[in-house]
Amino acid sequence: MVSTSTLQTVSRENEIVVSMREVTKRFPGVVANDRVTFEARRGEIHALLGENGAGKSTLMNVLTGLYTPEEGEIAINGQPAQFRSPKDSIAAGIGMVHQHFKLVETQTVTENVILGLDAPRFRLDMSRAEADVAKLSEQYGLKIDPKAYIWQLSVGEQQRVEIIKALYRGAQILILDEPTAVLTPQETEELFITLRDMVAKGHTIIFISHKLDEVMSIADRVTVLRGGKVVATVNARDTNKAELAEMMVGRPVLFRLDRPALEPGEMVLRVEELHAENDKGLPALRGISFYVRAREIVGIAGVSGNGQSELAEALNGLRPITRGRIFLNGREITTLSAREIIDAGVAHVPEDRHTDGSVGDMNLTENIILKRYRHPPIARGPVIDWNQAREMSSELVSRFNVQAPGLDTRARLLSGGNLQKLILARELSAEPALIVAMHPTQGLDVGATEYVRQVLLEQRAAGAAVLLISEDLDEVMQLSDRILVIYEGEIMGEASGEKADRAQIGLMMAGQRQEVGY
Amino acid sequence: MNEAFIIATLAAAIRAGTPVVYATIGEIFAERAGVLNLGVEGMMLVGAVVGFMVGVNTGSATTGLLAAMIAGGLLSLIHAFLTVTLYVDQVVSGLALTIFGTGLSAFLGQDYVGVSGPQFAALKIPVLSQIPFLGPILFEHDILVYLTFLLVPLAGYYIHRTRPGLHLRAVGENPATADVMGVSVARTRYFYVFVGGVLAGLAGANLSLAYTPGWIEGMTAGRGWIAVALVIFGFWQPGRAMLGAYLFGGVQSLQFSLQTIGVVIPVYFLGMLPYVFTVLVLIIATQEQVRRHIGAPAALGIPYKRGER
Amino acid sequence: MIHIRLEPRLSTPRWVSWASPVVSIILALMVGAVLIAAQGASPIEAYAAMYRGALGSGFGFAETLVKAIPLMLAGLGVAIAFRMQLWNIGAEGQLWMGAWAAAGVGLFLYAAIPMPPWLAILLMMLASMLAGGLWGAIPGALKAYLNVNEILTSLMLNSVAIFWVLYFVDILWRDPGGLGFPNTAPLDKAIWLPKLGALLFFLPPTHRVHLGLAFGIIAAAFMWYALSKMQWGYEVRVIGLNKRAAGFAGMPIARNIVLVMFLSGALAGLAGMSEVAGVAHRLQRGLSPGYGFTAIIIAWLAKLNPFAIILVSILFGGLLVAGEQIQMTMGLPASISLILQGLILFFVLAGDVLSQYRIRFR
Repeated sequence: MVSTSTLQTVSRENEIVVSMREVTKRFPGVVANDRVTFEARRGEIHALLGENGAGKSTLMNVLTGLYTPEEGEIAINGQPAQFRSPKDSIAAGIGMVHQHFKLVETQTVTENVILGLDAPRFRLDMSRAEADVAKLSEQYGLKIDPKAYIWQLSVGEQQRVEIIKALYRGAQILILDEPTAVLTPQETEELFITLRDMVAKGHTIIFISHKLDEVMSIADRVTVLRGGKVVATVNARDTNKAELAEMMVGRPVLFRLDRPALEPGEMVLRVEELHAENDKGLPALRGISFYVRAREIVGIAGVSGNGQSELAEALNGLRPITRGRIFLNGREITTLSAREIIDAGVAHVPEDRHTDGSVGDMNLTENIILKRYRHPPIARGPVIDWNQAREMSSELVSRFNVQAPGLDTRARLLSGGNLQKLILARELSAEPALIVAMHPTQGLDVGATEYVRQVLLEQRAAGAAVLLISEDLDEVMQLSDRILVIYEGEIMGEASGEKADRAQIGLMMAGQRQEVGY
Repeated sequence: MNEAFIIATLAAAIRAGTPVVYATIGEIFAERAGVLNLGVEGMMLVGAVVGFMVGVNTGSATTGLLAAMIAGGLLSLIHAFLTVTLYVDQVVSGLALTIFGTGLSAFLGQDYVGVSGPQFAALKIPVLSQIPFLGPILFEHDILVYLTFLLVPLAGYYIHRTRPGLHLRAVGENPATADVMGVSVARTRYFYVFVGGVLAGLAGANLSLAYTPGWIEGMTAGRGWIAVALVIFGFWQPGRAMLGAYLFGGVQSLQFSLQTIGVVIPVYFLGMLPYVFTVLVLIIATQEQVRRHIGAPAALGIPYKRGER
Repeated sequence: MIHIRLEPRLSTPRWVSWASPVVSIILALMVGAVLIAAQGASPIEAYAAMYRGALGSGFGFAETLVKAIPLMLAGLGVAIAFRMQLWNIGAEGQLWMGAWAAAGVGLFLYAAIPMPPWLAILLMMLASMLAGGLWGAIPGALKAYLNVNEILTSLMLNSVAIFWVLYFVDILWRDPGGLGFPNTAPLDKAIWLPKLGALLFFLPPTHRVHLGLAFGIIAAAFMWYALSKMQWGYEVRVIGLNKRAAGFAGMPIARNIVLVMFLSGALAGLAGMSEVAGVAHRLQRGLSPGYGFTAIIIAWLAKLNPFAIILVSILFGGLLVAGEQIQMTMGLPASISLILQGLILFFVLAGDVLSQYRIRFR
């Protein structure tokens, strides 16, 4: 028995394990996948490359049985498969690590791992399951405490739980959706080692990404999607970054952004020994000090969950400050309300465009006046002059190039890029002294990303101080004059934008204090 | 105060609290699955009237009880259909269910007001009821009281220590995760809303067939709402919720006990007590939740729509 | 398990948004017919009697309007709270507190201090709005500052309010000459809310429709103006649609929660005053047959639109009159109207969904 199965494994090398033929998936108003054909072989790392909205996640959600395609055929290991639910695809040996982890925060690692399994039938034998999890974690070098609660784990650890979850179900085919977005450069390296090890053990990895560098460094083959259609499938060693980029975007892409050297001006924001707590009441900011001057962009790099959200909220008067002081143009604003801080000239491009930055069920005009309905010319006594409001929004919508059917369109119906432009229009048109921008390009396509970055650079040139908080290290390095790295609510060190060393920043992101950087 | 008075008051508290225990445990199940059902009051009323009607017509309290459970369960399916399948706002749908149930129970029961019917009699448990002090408090009740002694620990065990309980918690905390892990969110939610309805029906029948035998319009007097409040007080844990129900029962029975020992408080103020008590309990429980950073199941009240973009 | 999948519609065809409430009401009446038939009565006869009672005659329609007044005031109150995602289920108690305060002013202050009747009426209005408003502001403040669930607190306070008022009706303010009926002495005729009389020329001259109708229409107009034109109304809408974004825009959320709950309660309180001064002319048991609860359904059916609330209130006023009618003439229980209310709401809720989604069976 043993020998034949070994023989089979050998003979199955390079055999096609995933075959999707002519798959079409529609959503109201969009064709997310248009007759997509995709194949993955045993023992390969196959990258699925494309911009946000190109249809990568949809295709994989079809493969994991979450979506039912309108047309097309799927075969796993040569067997035709019809997945009615994720259960079916799990049974076929497919596991997926979603970009936004699918973990129950209030449950333990082990509880999450065994969630959804048919066995045990009724009583949970936690100690046995915990032992199994520990064994798998050792086998694949994925270090984790089986008894820890998910909310206690770092993002990197949570990703390991996701991988263990798939392996526990005997996944032979593992799909990872943008897995490096939340990792430090070093963690990314570790992940890649794990993935190569898994491939060597006969697993197939499908690696969804929009980052060219990592695709080039990890993938054996690359399938590029654009606008819901397959552009091509190529061998990684037969191609290069520029070629992939052009396939992905549909036009030649410039990798350089023009950031002219500017002499920084007056000190605009000064933060001294700032402390604040997170929603769970635990310390999130632990004595942060820094400054931002006019005509400069200061980037805050770090792995998500290290206090970035709390920092942005504290600066904008949305989170109580337990200790420390904040000054804006020399005036203390530590205890001011959110409204007073807005009026003092702080603009905020929040982390979540939909929940924080806009009101989905209101139209463009109503969203544009969100922060200035109390001031003339929009305000007239206690009422709102809607004619003025419409005029202003019409002007801003065209100035910031927001593509929408009309001013009465509900914000909910805008694409991510257009919604972000709408928010920028609102925040930047007030000519703020300080702009706090958090993940300003997250989830945007290349065109919108370029636009947003350009606008931030323009603001810098116009004399604003910009605090850029982003988990995308490339973005921080491209845009910032100075880079600060945050780890567990503390600043680990500072680096100059031009001469920043990736590896050194990576060490800081992992919690190692670095004195130099210039 | 003498011992007999204390024993009588505590025993009465347990009897008065028991219907609320059932309703509260039922609502805990529904809310753990992520569905807020404000129709408890309506389902209890229909359970009370159906249980009583069937009891009168069959002469069997047990048959009446079963009918009440079925009636409560069926009503809850309206809520499940509207909120789970049609994504209707859970608050409004639950309110509609209570209004509908209030009307339906009055309509069904119009010929049964003042009729006498079967009831669950008190059963003294031999030996146990002889335990000094605790015996007469705990073990001189009807069968429905004893059943809660089993139901509550079983419910706690089920939620925390079994596979279906794990799935239940996952659906209420993070339905998208449960979904990708192969747990059917819709099926789970239907099932536990139904369980909540069955237990609310039982709670109603507990009133009309045991606690205050007979049918009077609106006889639940807000107990269904108090059950919803006690779920919050109980932090969605059956054991703590039972304690809350007995506290409510104590306040409720205090009205009568105080009168029997001659304390003169206008009946109107005694009548307010359970409601004022509930408001206070809500305030205290909420502050504790804020302090300890615990809260409702994260997906409570939110319809789950897979794959909507 | 029912295998229905809903797909969001990108746009709602116009006929769907019209047909949905109409079909809902028809379906509710059909289910109601089954229940009536189960009672051994003829549904057609019952519905005919209901129609005749509520709409078929001038007098019936006048009574429908009389019942619609407290419904529209309380409905507007509930709606303004719902606009901010505040579930004020306490309109009933707020109405009772308003009625109590109005009766207190009308019975005692008016007797103690000489004043012109119009001033007394104005004071009754203010007192009722203050009492109802404060009763609503309690759950509002608990929600805003302690994060206590307002659904449950506002509901619990209903019972407290009713016990409180009954204590006065039955004991403290009871009319000794009331032949044993639990009610207060009547208000002085001078401070009754004036009847609209010949202003409503299409009604029989003896109709009971009073000035409260004007309160309702003015309140609706003000609410519309505030929500669509004023900065404050814009804040209320933003907070209601997206509380987080409102906070990010610097809007004062806690203060608005208390204020809106106060206004919500004030309108319900005014409904209580209009019942005391316009219909019962005294404080009595049974003053409200659950207007505060029906108001919730009305607000929702009207999609929180102030003018639609007036129309839906008239419809539901008719339903209440009709329920009383078939109780008197056919011996059917009046609870049929409560059942119909619940059913209409069920069907409208389901119908709303279908106007936003397309059904797919599989």
